[in-house]
Formats: sequence, C-alpha cells, structure tokens
Amino acid sequence: MEYRVDEKVRYAKTHEWVRIEGAEAVIGISDHAQDKLSDVVFVELPAVGATLVAGNSCMVIESVKAAEEVFAPVTGIVTGRNEKLDKNPELVNKDPFGEGWLLRVKLSKPAEAEGLMDPGAYRKFMETV
Amino acid sequence: METKLHGWHVANAARMVDFGGWDMPVQYATGPREEHVRVREAAGLFDIDHMGRLSITGPGAVDFLQRVQTWDVTRIAPGRAHYSMLLNESGGVMDDIFVYHRNDPRAWLLVVNASNTRKDTAWLKENAAGYEVTIRDLGADTCLVALQGPEAKAILQPLVGDTDLSTLGFHHVVECSVSGSPSTLCTSGYTGEPGYEILLPAKGCETLWNGLLKAGESRRLIPCGLGARDSLRAEACLPLYGNEIDEETDPVSAGLARAAVRLEGHDFIGRKALAAIALSHARRLLVGFEMRDGGVPRHGYTIVRDGRTVGKVTTGLFSPTTGKYLGMGYVEPLLAAPGNEIEIVIRDARKPARIVERPFYTSPHWR
Repeated sequence: MEYRVDEKVRYAKTHEWVRIEGAEAVIGISDHAQDKLSDVVFVELPAVGATLVAGNSCMVIESVKAAEEVFAPVTGIVTGRNEKLDKNPELVNKDPFGEGWLLRVKLSKPAEAEGLMDPGAYRKFMETV
Repeated sequence: METKLHGWHVANAARMVDFGGWDMPVQYATGPREEHVRVREAAGLFDIDHMGRLSITGPGAVDFLQRVQTWDVTRIAPGRAHYSMLLNESGGVMDDIFVYHRNDPRAWLLVVNASNTRKDTAWLKENAAGYEVTIRDLGADTCLVALQGPEAKAILQPLVGDTDLSTLGFHHVVECSVSGSPSTLCTSGYTGEPGYEILLPAKGCETLWNGLLKAGESRRLIPCGLGARDSLRAEACLPLYGNEIDEETDPVSAGLARAAVRLEGHDFIGRKALAAIALSHARRLLVGFEMRDGGVPRHGYTIVRDGRTVGKVTTGLFSPTTGKYLGMGYVEPLLAAPGNEIEIVIRDARKPARIVERPFYTSPHWR
C-alpha cells in the first residue's frame, strides 16, 4: 500500500503531522494513520485554549473499530479547531492533509518541530512499521 | 483457522482480523462504511464459511432436536428454517442458531456461531445418547456465503436455473444448483436486508464466489467484511453472541423469547428454568438507545442514571443509515421504556442518551 506523504509538513513517529505557519501550526494525522484507523466516525477535539504537550495524548479519534488517541506532535495552546469534523468526521479519511486537519495551535516551543521527521525521513520510517 | 476463501481475501487486499479463532476479512479496500451502504442500497457478498453447520439425520432427529433446542421443530415444515437457541440447564444461552428443515423430512441442518461450533458439537453429541441420530459436521465439505441486499434476488436468479426465487418467502430453504453446483439456499441473513445464505460445495467454491461477484457487478455488488456485517446487524438489532447474549443471559431478558423459543410442545434442556424466568421479574432488559451528541458507545461501557450505575452497553456504533450514534445494552427493567433518559460513560465523561424503539432500522425492501 502506497501512502500519500505531504511534502510541506513534518511528521511524528505516532503519525501526526505539523504544518508551521509563522508562530502557529496546523496539526493533523497522516494518510497512513487514517488508513490504519479505518473509517472515522467521530472526532473529539480539545477546546480552544487547551494546552497541548508534545508527546502527550491530546484528543481522540473514533473509528468503526475503536477509539484511538492522538498524540500532540508539538507543545502549544489550541487556537482553532476544525469544526467541520463534527458533521463530517470522514474528512479525516478523505483528505487527511487538507480538509481533514484537526487543530491549530500557538507554538510554545517553536524549535520543537525541528525534531520531527521531514517527508523523506517519514517515508523511510513508514517502511519500518 | 482459515475459511476456504481465505486466499481470495488476502489476494484481494482484505484487511484480516482474528474472529473467534478465524482469520477473517474485516473490510476490503472499499471500507466498511461504503460496504454497509452498498448492502442497504444494492448488494454485498460475505464469506460466512467460519459459521458452523451440523447435519442432524436419522429416525430420532425430531425427538433429539425437540430436546436440545428451543423451537418446536414440528412447526418447521420441510423447506423452512427457524431461529432457535441452545440453552443450558439454567436457561442461559449456549448459542443462538438457525434450524433448517431440508426437503427430505429427515434431513435437518443447524447453523451455529463460529466461536461456538466446537462447544455446541460436543454438547449435542453428549446429549444424543439414547437418540437414533447422526450428527455430522459439514464444515469441510461445504462453503457458506451470504448474498445480501435489495439486488440479491436479481443477481442470483440467472444462476439458479429453474428455481424461481420470487416464490420464496422469508426463511425458506431450497435445494438448487448455483452455476451448476448442487447447493442449499436459505432466504435469511444477518443484515436486516432481504438476501440469501448459500451453502455451496467446498470444491470449486472460489470459482462460484468469483462467479457471484461477476454476476452482480452491474448491480453494484461488492464483497463485504465483518465490519459491515456487524454494523448492518446492529442497525437491525440482531443479537451477536458474546455481546447481547451469552451463557449468563436468558432469552427473555434479551427480548428474544418470542423469536426463538416455544415453551409448548416439547421439553427442552433449560425449559424449566426458562419457564420460571418468564414468570418472574427480570433483573435486566435489553434496550436500544440513541446518543444525543456525537460519540460511540462501545461494548462494556457503563450506563448510568442519576449518578447510579444501571446497566452496561452490549453493542454501539455510528449508524451509517440513520446518521446517529446508537447502541444496545442491558438496563434495570424500570428504565427500559422508550423515551427514558440515560447516560453512557465514555472516557470518564457521562454522555446523554435516550432509550428508543428497536430495531433502529427496518428495510423498505421486504416485499
């Protein structure tokens, strides 16, 4: 199975992605992650203002199979949520790097993202899992 | 264990999971949601070869069946099938089964749950002492598949020769040929849609499976996995052994007594206990409920009311057909009426839900 890899984002080993936009970042899960989840049926997003700590569980995505935790790839404060997922959780499957984004955060430790994998490293990483 | 179609699934990008010791396709590339929708709108083909089937023959077959299962089989005419149960002495459900009365009056067939096949077979043999019956496992010689959905009849008709499928009512059994192979067809299923469960000969079953898929291509037939099978049966509120029913559960509390049991006409194992249960006040009753907001109630979650635990979820799902988050579970009898408010504990948070009528979905495709 060939998974899509977005070239403009960085990846965590737990298959979340981060797109840096100035002092903020957009967070989602990768194509690989959405495929492993199977059909997403509910996304439980944290509230605006919630604090994310890199590596910690920050929200839950429910698929037809199970409720799966999403781990924060960076540390920051939630400034925006993809409200469309409330009615259309399947966007996470259909467009994981686009319309299926999850959260927007204000970065507390902007340098942290440097520690995440670039697209090339993530491609190699996927071959090992 | 592997079904006879295992190689086909693997070659066709199925995602495989363990189900009661069987390596089964949970979904194909299409995905469980689309597979579900396809069965409601067109048709789906399921490998259910993991299910057990036991032929019961011999002059003592009727007396034996009257003793070991809960339906009065003298009421099942040749060419008909009926839902039934095997109970333990306390009235607990050992298995829920289908009893086929094949056209030869002495040929009976029991279709049992995959995970219970070994247990049932041993128990039936143990209770066969004194009856002139032969119990034979047909698992190796046959392959069981299910063709389900409103287009199932149109897809199957050209393959079955002289057999006129439109003459068959619900739960009819007929011996016929499918693409030239001697098969047994039952108008039954586990999806809430009209359709067929087809017992094919083991030899050449993959060719027949491919033939069915080809025959249904223009009517949007696709293979479907256990994921869709589970969400389809849950919308129709059909029980799953291990979720809604088990040996600690009786058919009365599960609301299945009317469908599966006839107390009159025969003295079956568990009858005495069940008659007493039917006359006493149930400790708990199976209900259906609807979540007010998003969130999937899952098997084993706690049901509360006014801060007090009042029951447990047996099955939960996002229902593709209704667009709702639905579940079934056992609650205290006083709370069981539709309209009552309950809460489901999901990840330490109480989420509001309301008890509703079952089933959640009734197919408009029954004629």
